[in-house]
Amino acid sequence: MSTEVLLNEFKEVSEHPHRVLSQYKSEGKKVIGVLPYYAPIELVVAAGMVPMGIWGSNKKTISQAKEYCATFYCTIAQLALEMLLDGTMDQLDGLITPTICDTLRPMSQNFRVAMKDKLPCIFLAHPQHRKPAFGLQFTMDQYNHVKGELEKISGTPITDESLREAIKVMNKSRAARRAFVKLASEHCDVITAVKRSAVLRAAWFMEPAAYAEKLETLNNELAALPAADWKGKKVVISGIICDNPNLLQIFDDNGIAIAADDVAQESRSFRTDAAETGDPMMALAQQFADQDYEVLLYDELSSQNRRGEFVANLVKESGAQGLVLFMQQFCDPEEMEYPYLKKALDAAGIPHIKLGVDQQMRDFGQASTAIQAFADVI
Amino acid sequence: MAKEVSPGVKALRKVVDDVHADARQAHAEGRLVGWSSSKFPCELAAAFDLDVMYPENQAAGIAANRDGEIMCQAAEDLGFDNDICGYARISLAYAAGKRASRKVDLETGEYVINPNSGKPLKDENGKVVIDPETGKPKKDPKTQVPYTVLDDIYEIEALPDGREKDLRREAIKPYRQMRIPQPDFVLCCNNICNCMTKWYENIARMRNIPLIMIDIPYNNTVEVHDTNVAYVRAQFDAAIKELEKLTGKKFDEKKFEQACANANRTASAWLRVCDYLQYKPAPYSGFDLFNHMADIVTARAKPQAAEAFELLEKDLEQAVKEGSTSTPFSEQYRVMFEGIPCWPKLPNLFKPLKEHGVNVTAVVYAPAFGFVYEDLDGMARAYYKAPNSVCIEQGVDWREGICKANKVDGVLVHYNRSCKPWSGYMAEMQRRFTEDLGVPCAGFDGDQADPRNFNEAQYETRVQGLVEAMEANQAKKEGETK
Repeated sequence: MSTEVLLNEFKEVSEHPHRVLSQYKSEGKKVIGVLPYYAPIELVVAAGMVPMGIWGSNKKTISQAKEYCATFYCTIAQLALEMLLDGTMDQLDGLITPTICDTLRPMSQNFRVAMKDKLPCIFLAHPQHRKPAFGLQFTMDQYNHVKGELEKISGTPITDESLREAIKVMNKSRAARRAFVKLASEHCDVITAVKRSAVLRAAWFMEPAAYAEKLETLNNELAALPAADWKGKKVVISGIICDNPNLLQIFDDNGIAIAADDVAQESRSFRTDAAETGDPMMALAQQFADQDYEVLLYDELSSQNRRGEFVANLVKESGAQGLVLFMQQFCDPEEMEYPYLKKALDAAGIPHIKLGVDQQMRDFGQASTAIQAFADVI
Repeated sequence: MAKEVSPGVKALRKVVDDVHADARQAHAEGRLVGWSSSKFPCELAAAFDLDVMYPENQAAGIAANRDGEIMCQAAEDLGFDNDICGYARISLAYAAGKRASRKVDLETGEYVINPNSGKPLKDENGKVVIDPETGKPKKDPKTQVPYTVLDDIYEIEALPDGREKDLRREAIKPYRQMRIPQPDFVLCCNNICNCMTKWYENIARMRNIPLIMIDIPYNNTVEVHDTNVAYVRAQFDAAIKELEKLTGKKFDEKKFEQACANANRTASAWLRVCDYLQYKPAPYSGFDLFNHMADIVTARAKPQAAEAFELLEKDLEQAVKEGSTSTPFSEQYRVMFEGIPCWPKLPNLFKPLKEHGVNVTAVVYAPAFGFVYEDLDGMARAYYKAPNSVCIEQGVDWREGICKANKVDGVLVHYNRSCKPWSGYMAEMQRRFTEDLGVPCAGFDGDQADPRNFNEAQYETRVQGLVEAMEANQAKKEGETK
């Protein structure tokens, strides 16, 4: 299959998740909605069901969700609720609601109340003390609860064996995405910013095994191509989400390639694998404990600026000339970590811009001007 | 003339003054002073005789002293977005060394008075004196204050010893919340919000100091499961080890038990004081309760706090016997005030309530700080139940419980821009209050610390609407009983 055909397939999935959902349902599969962040997708896979990520929408407008939310909540969460209320998600068989940020905490209640009698909502509270033995135990306790609820929906028990298999599948998907991110930078003439995003976004909607396989095929195609003779600029992108094709088109129009990312929906979600041997539930807990350099998670070494320095190094190592931060409106964790990210970038002599974004943005005129001006100075 | 206060209120004020004075003295003597989130288990620090200050309480005080905006702006200049909690912004600016100061003329050493400040000057007949030159009311010079400017203690400390250094040090506003010592360590418990986690990490990073963290994840059920208790208990043990390392002292179990006994006694007395709002008319207003929060936050584990609340309890008992109240108007309606008050705008919040005879007789803070328990498991369970860590059913149950017990006619909901976890399920709660209790609810937009997020006209309209709905409800009830 040619690179172009593969990229088009990823694009189709990325742009039409609802079609994908309907397809799975027509095949008789059960589908579980997975909200951000860090839900153990492996459990869904091990239960023989399809995980479907819910990261808001670039096309919808908040209307019914206003019955539950004041205005000052991130649009990702509000639009997720909107899609649950307006029928877009009616085909789902269940929903996992993590609560790691201050918006998702009360939203977990809104989801449950709004979906009462309609959709089972599976609550998930991650610990912040995730590394010590008691933290690992708490993660396992929580994941066991999720497991039990998923088993009720699927009607089949999740065995250690099926979970171990699911870990392998997800590790494969994560490894393929990490490899793709590198290849996308090397072949940024082929993998434009818009295409890169579509490939990574599709991971949230496709069955993980099928996705991993398709992406490995694409990666092999890319690896066979000569490296790009890139005359344009390269940047690292950072933030919670950056998957709006209209916004990313500005990068492509201005000859700016994406060298790497520190984005929650992208690399932050596939940096860390789980062990394929030993107790699989402990492997998942350990995987969560190993998540690092993350605005949402407690850093035991908080008196150092580890995350800021990690991102600054990422920019240097990826060969980018600067960083574009997509600041999700009303996202406290991102906002709280900005001053120290800025400090680390400034200390490393890395230029950056901060662009305020939300999913109801339709006019990218200002962003376009800012990105163009940034490209001129880096 | 200053309002006369009861012996209990006086005692409560002294307790908080003493906590601050002790911390300043500890700092001056080179002993450790920590900063703690309000619902960190204070019993642990008390067992090590540590002096602890409370940034949330401090930020509320700074906001009430009208310096919320300048401190929030200072944090924004450091890069913290203006969407971040106002308490966090004020605290982060303070931790960075920023201070609200009085503008001082470095030549004369005099403060530079802001001509726009102060109250109108009145003549002997109580009439406002008009300035013939401007045609505007003259200001009473006695009430005028210097301009407020932002200063930075680290800049001041870097100055050579001398007049400027002394004047600028002295010019920092003298109220206690603007004079708390910088922290040597931080104690964070995120039971009320996860913003707390990043807020305290930032302080630890700014000051390069240890952070002791008690993590209480959000809970989706009314009961606290044993697995959750085990997680928190293990963290108590870990925190004790870290405190031992920090202080170089062994954990003193006797002191800890005493601190727990004190904290329970204070919490129980606090809850009994809150319960006096059940009387009709109430002997005081929920707004007074907001003022006493400083004690329950900063001095929970001190016997003096328990004693002061017990004294206040006696005052209230007497007030009920006499049928007197500290509320300066006749109580026509009783409402629950939902959320943290807009500290910079307390008089503005109070004004339309007073006009319409609306007394606040229920506030959610009562159960929020009523940490009563019998053993360590109980303590873990108690700290698991902070206002923003409980599920909607528990949250509704608490509120409807106090609404019923305190006989409210309506609910006034503060959609607090600073507090996402609190405001995030209020719309659904409002529906339940109306459905379950048959009381009208009105919401308004505001902020606990940043005055820029409060719209007085909207607030007054909403209060007016609530009053009309309560009036209609009352008329309906009277019609039914006839």
